[in-house]
Amino acid sequence: MKIKQISVFLENKKGRLYEALSALAKGGVNIRALSIADTSDFGILRMIVDKPDLAKKALEEAGFTTKITHVIAVGVKDEPGGLAEVLKILYENDINVEYVYAFVEKSGEEALVVLRTNNLEKTIDLLQEKGVKLFDSKAVENL
Amino acid sequence: MYWNKDLETMPREKLRSLQLERLKRIVKYAYEKVPFYRKRFDTSGIKPEDIRSLEDIKYIPFTSKADLREVYPFGMFAVPLSEIVEIHSSSGTTGKPVVMGYTKNDIEVWKEVMARSITTMGVTREDIIQIAYGYGLFTGGLGFHYGALAIGATIVPASAGNTRRQIELMRDFGSTVICCTPSYALYLAEYAKDEMGIDPSSLKLKAGSFGAEMWTEEMRREIEKRFGIKAYNVYGLTEIIGPGVAHECSEQKGLHIWEDHFYPEIIDPETGEPLPEGERGELVLTTLTKEGVPMIRFRTRDITAFISGECPCGRTAIRIERIRGRSDDMIKVRGVMLFPYQIEKAILEVQGVEPHYQIILTRPQHLDEIEVQVEMSKEAFSDEVRELEVLKKKLEKRIEETVGIRVKVTLVEPKSIPRSEGKAKRVIDKRGL
Repeated sequence: MKIKQISVFLENKKGRLYEALSALAKGGVNIRALSIADTSDFGILRMIVDKPDLAKKALEEAGFTTKITHVIAVGVKDEPGGLAEVLKILYENDINVEYVYAFVEKSGEEALVVLRTNNLEKTIDLLQEKGVKLFDSKAVENL
Repeated sequence: MYWNKDLETMPREKLRSLQLERLKRIVKYAYEKVPFYRKRFDTSGIKPEDIRSLEDIKYIPFTSKADLREVYPFGMFAVPLSEIVEIHSSSGTTGKPVVMGYTKNDIEVWKEVMARSITTMGVTREDIIQIAYGYGLFTGGLGFHYGALAIGATIVPASAGNTRRQIELMRDFGSTVICCTPSYALYLAEYAKDEMGIDPSSLKLKAGSFGAEMWTEEMRREIEKRFGIKAYNVYGLTEIIGPGVAHECSEQKGLHIWEDHFYPEIIDPETGEPLPEGERGELVLTTLTKEGVPMIRFRTRDITAFISGECPCGRTAIRIERIRGRSDDMIKVRGVMLFPYQIEKAILEVQGVEPHYQIILTRPQHLDEIEVQVEMSKEAFSDEVRELEVLKKKLEKRIEETVGIRVKVTLVEPKSIPRSEGKAKRVIDKRGL
């Protein structure tokens, strides 16, 4: 149920984000979800894309430092408290959320959220047990 | 292995009397042949006959780089141009270039000291020596060339630049020795691996002679590891002869100065007074045998110290420590003196970064600030902000412990710091702008 996320190191330099996205565009890679963690010096661009391996290749050829990590994609009810419900499960089970961001599109009645925790295996087991909907990579890539 | 065993292992007393005899001769020669020296000597009330012992050298005025620029181009020449067979010059990036002329005999001396230097690494006529120092007015390329020619080694005169070709030559010709600047050596290793898929340690190289810029012990280990070779320090400067003033032997513990040709002193750069053995200061050199442009007490600006004690290699020529920087690239920040090598040393002690860095000095609010840009290694990239912050903090802490000043470390993308084919530019001082 893990899906591939591609992360890119972005030096705090003019045009760097544009260059990264333009490399993806040229490679024919479509972005499903995106977030940027930024500090005063640098940023980390995290993305869920339709073709992660191709994305990595395109970015590295353009001179970017990248890394593929695993995350999960959770479908939460598109109503107040939808995400809180999921986070409560994790909180009660002592799982730390490292980061979370939302998809740019949603699927049907659910809002899609990317989650990375300190224990992905346990998170997957727990959420499935509680009936939370997880999307696999195929589902995400075909959105 | 020696090139010239008699001279390289000559007992010190004998060496000193040879030095004295040559010093007397060169001082007289300079006084008679070069108006610049005559004027200097006369103004300070010194006559060549006043030099009776080696210690008396301290009465002679220094010669500085500024002096040499003033007499540009041929004002220091002791012989007519018809006697000069080769001219070399500094690049002149920091002012008027300094021009040096070599007589036929000077070239012979250069050959001799370079042959000794290369032989210290165990190089013989069986070796293939790739010279990736620039040829031309810069003394690096031809200096190594002459030395290798004397030994009879097979020379690959690659000259600087054209990195891909350098690696192809090493691979296809099976070069066993490489000579270039240490920063270029690292770039060669990186380029071979990342751009050509060639493991640098799979090449036939066994040794390398690196110099023309300041580098650290940590950087030596890095080069040795990446290429699987022994990396040696070479020292020299255009004003004296070029490379070949000093070279490390197999012990790799300091560089032997070929003292029968160059007389070394270490002085306090502030006061000009000689320093006791072992203390760090500025190296001052006097050429004992040079005919074209004799140099008397030339202030090199290079910071080093004599290493006392006999060297197990058997050579009797005194050793100096690796150059710790130049008295003019000493950075004065908030009243504290520091050298780029101190920062380099700290960086290389931390895992997860590349040995490529740049120091940027600014003065945003009447207070100096140091930013050190360090390349993160590809392998160390984590998509956790926290982990990168930890790496950055670790670097800042290590540098602060080493130099005693707080610096700001910025992690930059791998390969974003400009690579140089010659001397690396480590410090960018924006304070005066």
